[in-house]
Amino acid sequence: MFNLKKSVATVVAAASVGGFLGAAPGQAQTLNVVMHSDLKILDPIWTTAYIVRNHGYLVWDTLFAMDDKLAVQPQMVDKYEVSPDKLTYTFTLRDGLEWHDGKPVTAEDCVASIKRWAAKDSMGQSLMARVAGMKAVNDKTFTLTLKEPYGLVLQSLAKPSSNVPFMMPARVAATDPNTQIKPEDVIGSGPFIFKRDEWKPGEKTVYVKNPKYKPRSEPASGLAGGKVVKVDQVVWRSVGDHQTAVNALLAGEVDMIESPPHDLLPVLAKDKNIKLFNANPLGSQYTFRFNALHKPFDNEKVRQAVLYAFNQKDFLNATIGDPKWYKECKAMFICGTPLETFKGWEDKLNSNFDKSKALLKEAGYDGTPVVLMQSTDLAVLTNLAPVAKDLMEKGGFKVDMQAMDWQTLVSRRAKKDPPDKGGWNAFLTSWVAADVLNPVMAGFFNAGCDKAMFGWPCDAKIQELRDAFAKETDPVKQKALAEAVQVRVTEYPTHVHLGQWYAPFALRKNVDGNVQAPVTVFWNVTKK
Amino acid sequence: MLDFIARRLVAIIPVLTVVAIFVFLMLRLTPGDPAAIIAGDNATSDQIDEIRRALGLDEPIWTQFIIWIGNVLQGNFGESFFFKKTVAELIAQRVEPTLALAVCTLIIAVVTAVPLGVLAAYRHGSLLDRFVMGFSVLGFSVPVFVIGYVLIYIFAIELGWLPVQGYIRIGVNFWGFLERMVLPSVTLAVIYVALIARITRASVLEVLNEDYIRTARAKGLTNRVVLMRHALRNAAVPILTVIGIGIALLISGAVVTESVYGLPGLGRLTVEAVLSRDFPTIQAVILLFSVVYVLINLVIDISYTLFDPRIRY
Repeated sequence: MFNLKKSVATVVAAASVGGFLGAAPGQAQTLNVVMHSDLKILDPIWTTAYIVRNHGYLVWDTLFAMDDKLAVQPQMVDKYEVSPDKLTYTFTLRDGLEWHDGKPVTAEDCVASIKRWAAKDSMGQSLMARVAGMKAVNDKTFTLTLKEPYGLVLQSLAKPSSNVPFMMPARVAATDPNTQIKPEDVIGSGPFIFKRDEWKPGEKTVYVKNPKYKPRSEPASGLAGGKVVKVDQVVWRSVGDHQTAVNALLAGEVDMIESPPHDLLPVLAKDKNIKLFNANPLGSQYTFRFNALHKPFDNEKVRQAVLYAFNQKDFLNATIGDPKWYKECKAMFICGTPLETFKGWEDKLNSNFDKSKALLKEAGYDGTPVVLMQSTDLAVLTNLAPVAKDLMEKGGFKVDMQAMDWQTLVSRRAKKDPPDKGGWNAFLTSWVAADVLNPVMAGFFNAGCDKAMFGWPCDAKIQELRDAFAKETDPVKQKALAEAVQVRVTEYPTHVHLGQWYAPFALRKNVDGNVQAPVTVFWNVTKK
Repeated sequence: MLDFIARRLVAIIPVLTVVAIFVFLMLRLTPGDPAAIIAGDNATSDQIDEIRRALGLDEPIWTQFIIWIGNVLQGNFGESFFFKKTVAELIAQRVEPTLALAVCTLIIAVVTAVPLGVLAAYRHGSLLDRFVMGFSVLGFSVPVFVIGYVLIYIFAIELGWLPVQGYIRIGVNFWGFLERMVLPSVTLAVIYVALIARITRASVLEVLNEDYIRTARAKGLTNRVVLMRHALRNAAVPILTVIGIGIALLISGAVVTESVYGLPGLGRLTVEAVLSRDFPTIQAVILLFSVVYVLINLVIDISYTLFDPRIRY
C-alpha cells in the first residue's frame, strides 16, 4: 500500500541532505542580490531603464562623477583644464586605465563614447549643440571645444542617471545609438566584469571583480571616489515575485533586496538578521504629468487649478504610508540639493479646492473629463491615480480614470492623439531624484513643443530660462535661473511634483559598506 | 494506426496556422508599444520612432506578418526585441525548468491521485472517500500561489528544510535540483491531484457497478486484482483524457508556480515577454505550447488502445 506520509517525509529528508551536500564552498565572497527588475537589455545608452543604468555602473566607468554633496569630481579623468575664455576643455585620463579585454583606454575611445551618448541623451544633445569639436590630442588627452561658454559641461559628463555617459571602446561606441550593442561587446573599464556566458535572463546575471581595476585613492563618496571592490562576485538573482524575494532574504538565500515593497518593510524590520538601509538620501520624486495638447489641459489656467487642488501628503500616505520613508517637499529640484527653493509654490499643493474651482470658472472649464491613466501593476504607483482623481474632483474637475498595466501606459503616453482616440490627459510617475536636479537635466521641464517629452508643453519663456541656465557658469546665478524656471512652471504648469519618497535596501546583517548614492552600486560592499 | 498518426500530424498545420494568425493579430491590436518600453522614461517621440523603425514595427501589419511567417517556415523565430538573443536560444535556456516542473508534477499527481481515487471509490461513502472528495474541493478552490506561499512559510521559513526559490540544473547538482523541485511540484500538483482523484473515483465507481466486476468477484479474485486489473484498467480512458486536458492546466499553473518559486522557466518567460511586449518571444512560446498540447493529446489518444482493445484507429 502506498504510504503518502512516509514517502513525503523520505523525499523531504533526501532533499534536505541534498541541500547540505550541494552547498557550494566559498560563497562568502558572492553577493546575491535581488534587483528591482530583471536585466534584459545590456546597452545603457540604447535605453534609459534604471536596471540597465545600474548594470552600466558595474561594467563601465565615467569621466566624472558626482560625490555625496552632488559636486562633480574627476573619475577616469586625472586632470582637466578650462581655457580662460571658457571655450576649450582639455581632459587627461588617469594612468593604467584598461578595458576588460586588456586593451588600454584611449582618448579616442572617450570621444567616440561621448558622441554616442550625446546622440541619445537630452543633456548630451544640449551639450553637443554648443560643441564645435572634440579631438584626441594623444592617447591620454582629448579636447572639447565649445562655440560659446556653457555652464553644464562637467555636470553633463558627470550625469548620474539615465543616460549616463559611460566610456566604451571606440569600436563599440561606433554602434548606431538606436541599435543595441551586442552581448559580446559589453566590455568596459569598470570595477566589475560582466560574465556573458553566465547571463541567463530570468535566472541570473553575474559580475566578477575586475582584478586589473585601479580605483582612485579618495574614499568612495556618492558615485565618485575609489571604487574598491571587496567581494569576488555580484550575482543578480531574478526573482519576479516580491514576497518570494523577501522570503529568500529571510531564509538567507539572498543577501540584499534593492527595493522591497513598502508594505513588507515592517516584516523585514522585525527580523534580527535583517537591516534596512536608505542608500539614496535624496530618494525619488512623484510627479503628475499634464498633456498640454488636448482639452482641458491645453489651457494653462485649468492646469494651474490642479496645483491648488493637490496636496503631497495624501499621495505619499496612500503609496508609502510610513512617514519615515517619505518627505513633503515643494522644491521641484529636490530638497537638500544646491538648487532647493520653494519660490512660487508657497500657496500651492495645499488642497485649496475653492481656489481650484475659481480658476476653473475663470478658465471657462466646460466639464470635459480628464482622462487619467492609472498604472495598476507597480505597487509604488498604483494608489497615486485614485488620490489624484479624488482631489481633482473635489477641486471641480470631472475625471475619467482608466486602469492599465505600466507598459500599456508607457505605450499610450507616447501617443499625441486626442483622449477619445486613444490619447490621454494625465498620468503619474516617479523620478529618481538624480534625474531632476536641474531644469536642463529634468526632462519634464523641456517645453520645446514637439521636441519635448510626452505631454508636449510649449512655452518659449521656460525654454529661454533653461537655455540661460545651461549657459550660465556662476552657481549663484544658476540658482536664480532655476528658481525662475520653477516660478514660471506655476504660471505655465508642465507637471506637478508630489513629494519625495525613499526605498531602502533590505540587507542581511553580514552585508556592510553600501555607498550612499543616487544609484545602487556594489563597490565598497563587504560580506562577512 | 500509422495513418491515424500521420493524419493527426497533418492536422497540426491548420491548428498552428490559426494560432499563429490569432496571436500575431492579437499582439498588434492590443495596446502596448515595445519601442516606447525599450526607450524608457526619458525618451522623446523621435527616439521612440527611431527604435520602432529599427525593430521593423513601422511596417504595415501584413508586411510584418509575411516577414515573420516566412522566417518561421525556415525555422527562424527571430530575435527578442530586448535580449539581443534569438528566441530559439531563449526558449532553449528556459525549457529545462518547465519540463522538470511538469514531469515532477505529473509524477506526484498520478502517483498520489490514482490510488486515492481508486481507494475512495472502493471505500465509497467512507471517511476516506469524504476526505478525498473534500481535498478535491479544496484543491480546486485554493489558488496555486496561496498554496505556494503556505508551503514556503512552513517548509522553507519555519522548518528550513527546503529552499524558498531558485533552480539548479539537473546536470549541475542532482540533489540541489531535487531540493528545489519539491515545493514547486507539490504546489502545482495539488490542483492536478484534485482533478485526477475525482475523475478516477467517479470512473472506477461506475466500473465497479458493472456485471463483469461482479463476475470477477464471484470467481473468487482478490479485491486488489479486481480493482487493479479489472476496474482501474477499464476506467483508464477517462482518466487519461483528463490528464491530457490537464496539460493546459499545467501550462497555466506553471506560469504562476514559476513566479512564486523564482524558476527561470517558460512560464516566467511568457509573463515577462507579455509584460514587455516582446512580440517575437510571445509568438514563439505560444506556438510551442500549441504544438506541445496537440502532441500530448495525440499521445494520449494513442495510449487509449493500450487500455481498451475496442478502440482502433
